[in-house]
Amino acid sequence: MLRLDGVTKVYKVGAFGGKTMTAVDRVSFDVGIGEVVSLIGESGSGKSTIGRMILGLVPSTAGSITFDGVAVKPGKAYYRNVQGVFQDPFSSYNPVFKADRVFQMIRQEYFPGVADWDERVEAALAAVRLSPGQVLHKFPHQLSGGQLQRLLIARALLLDIKLLVADEITSMLDASTRIDVLNLLADLKSRGLGVLYITHDLSLGNYLAERTVVLRRGAVVEMGLTDLVFGGPLHPYTRQLLSAVPRLHAAWEDADPVDTCLYHDKGGSGGLLEAEPGHFVACAALPGCRGAAVSPASPSG
Amino acid sequence: MSLTVNGLQVYYRTLKGEVKALDGVSFSVRDGEILGLAGESGCGKTTLGKSLIRMDGRMRHAGGTVELDGERLPIADDARMNPYRFHKVSLIPQYSMSAMNPTRKIGKMVGELLRSRGVKLDRADLEARLAQVELPREVLDRYPIELSGGMKQRMVMVISTLLNPSLLVADEITSALDVSTQKAVARALAGFRDTGFVKSMIFITHDISLTYQIADSIMIMYAGKLAEKAPARTIVTAPRHPYTRMLIDSLPEVGVRYGDKKLSGIPGSPPSLLDPPTGCRFRDRCPLAFDKCAEEPPALEVEPDHFVACWKA
Ligand SMILES: Nc1ncnc2c1ncn2[C@@H]1O[C@H](COP(=O)(O)OP(=O)(O)O)[C@@H](O)[C@H]1O
Ligand SMILES: Nc1ncnc2c1ncn2[C@@H]1O[C@H](COP(=O)(O)OP(=O)(O)O)[C@@H](O)[C@H]1O
Ligand code: SF4
Ligand SMILES: [Mg+2]
Ligand SMILES: [Mg+2]
Repeated sequence: MLRLDGVTKVYKVGAFGGKTMTAVDRVSFDVGIGEVVSLIGESGSGKSTIGRMILGLVPSTAGSITFDGVAVKPGKAYYRNVQGVFQDPFSSYNPVFKADRVFQMIRQEYFPGVADWDERVEAALAAVRLSPGQVLHKFPHQLSGGQLQRLLIARALLLDIKLLVADEITSMLDASTRIDVLNLLADLKSRGLGVLYITHDLSLGNYLAERTVVLRRGAVVEMGLTDLVFGGPLHPYTRQLLSAVPRLHAAWEDADPVDTCLYHDKGGSGGLLEAEPGHFVACAALPGCRGAAVSPASPSG
Repeated sequence: MSLTVNGLQVYYRTLKGEVKALDGVSFSVRDGEILGLAGESGCGKTTLGKSLIRMDGRMRHAGGTVELDGERLPIADDARMNPYRFHKVSLIPQYSMSAMNPTRKIGKMVGELLRSRGVKLDRADLEARLAQVELPREVLDRYPIELSGGMKQRMVMVISTLLNPSLLVADEITSALDVSTQKAVARALAGFRDTGFVKSMIFITHDISLTYQIADSIMIMYAGKLAEKAPARTIVTAPRHPYTRMLIDSLPEVGVRYGDKKLSGIPGSPPSLLDPPTGCRFRDRCPLAFDKCAEEPPALEVEPDHFVACWKA
């Protein structure tokens, strides 16, 4: 459904745009119908830039992004199929208007003549497990972060979209409501919605996604079936990330010393090796790897 | 005991009335202990931390006492608290990273701060402390903006503990960091306790998995009250308060998949503290609630060092 092929983003930086910075480096992956793919990486690794390119909010520098085989062209037709929800739910609302204005706005834009609008809104609210009485005619400050986030997902559903780009949508929520939003995405997926779930939290990505893409400095270091990537991580960077995740029943371990790696400069999608069916890695403790050592992400991060 | 808090009540004055953000909390922290403080946002964690160090103008000390190393802290008296700050109690506030003065080089800032406290800068000591958190001594010649998030956070840790306070309160200092930086910062904090830069610590976070990594004991708060407090392992493996259990059950862990084990959140949301409900404050969300819960449950020590405020515990 969604396909990225060698997608690259180079930003011009510096006072006169004289320098460049490669935020996304030859990234390729796809998201199928009813599939949740999680895109994982530390801050600055390029996750949001990828999300914004998919949503047509920033142009890519190279590579192609296609949806159902057609190059992405931002516009009404595309946004009927693909929508984004972002980290801070409060910033998507204007505090002086009632929160449900986000519904009226898409009604004006996409459904000016429909008669059964109220029923549609109720159905979308039911799908995100909100009752109309709880949330309609309220101002944003009268609703919780979880409720606002679910309203935005409901808005996306009203359009009957096929793909949702969810960029850190649970990072501002408490654990007690975060899991409800995750479960909601999982339910929507069983109705055929594809989700690109962007997060820096490995345990959240792991809970939800059948496939995982691990990003480091703009390039994919490892990707594939979540069970394989998290169950048997091959790239030293993935191993190091996993070892830093705090767990409930186990003390922090120290990652295996990061020894050798094919990644050094072969990186990017071109350099991915298929280590086993459904498991790709840009570098690995694979036979024949004699690459330069990867320095562990410094604690000065 | 390093810290003993007894029946502490701290309210916020607002136009609509008083917000009972901290409403009768008692606990103690031993010498050398790291106490993790967790609970949903709005349960009073930040209020507790601020109460021990610096109340803001809208806060009112409505009752209870705080004792540190056998001495009663005059928490309601801003001026009389001054000699204790930095020397005996220190706070690393939430968002402290962005609060560093951007126009001062870090070394200069540290010197000024110490002078304002009437202490002379001991350069060798400062450098030893920087080394302890793996910061190069060159950071002193840099501006805050030149440091990464993790470096800034560790710099703030060093500054807050220069005078070896008895108690350090760290409020959500790792929440904005990536996992590997988070791990480094949390471990550096534990290192401060091990080296004796601080005697004991309250580590505030909403992330129970993280606090479990460094805390000796964990206190769970709900709606301005203590729900449960116990050794860290007990909170995670044998919680007795329904709220603690539900919180723990809502945490996804690496290895837990939606398909295999569906986790659930806690329905509903915490009550308003402007007019908190009578009886157990968790009552309207609690699946075990029964008649008796209309009365407030006292926090009882159900086994040594394990306190629970629940009629069913
Ligand atoms: N508009 C921009 N101009 C220049 N650099 C940018 C811009 N947006 C993002 N970047 C840089 O691109 C890199 C990736 O950023 P981002 O995609 O936001 O990462 P993430 O979402 O993983 O934290 C960062 O180094 C960031 O500073
Ligand atoms: N300045 C303030 N004025 C009024 N109420 C406040 C103020 N600061 C916090 N509160 C209220 O006090 C309660 C506890 O807040 P806080 O201590 O910040 O919780 P936490 O740190 O656990 O998220 C909340 O109900 C919050 O709304
Ligand atoms: S006292 Fe009652 S309502 Fe409160 S947590 Fe215990 S059982 Fe639930
Ligand atoms: Mg981002
Ligand atoms: Mg707080």
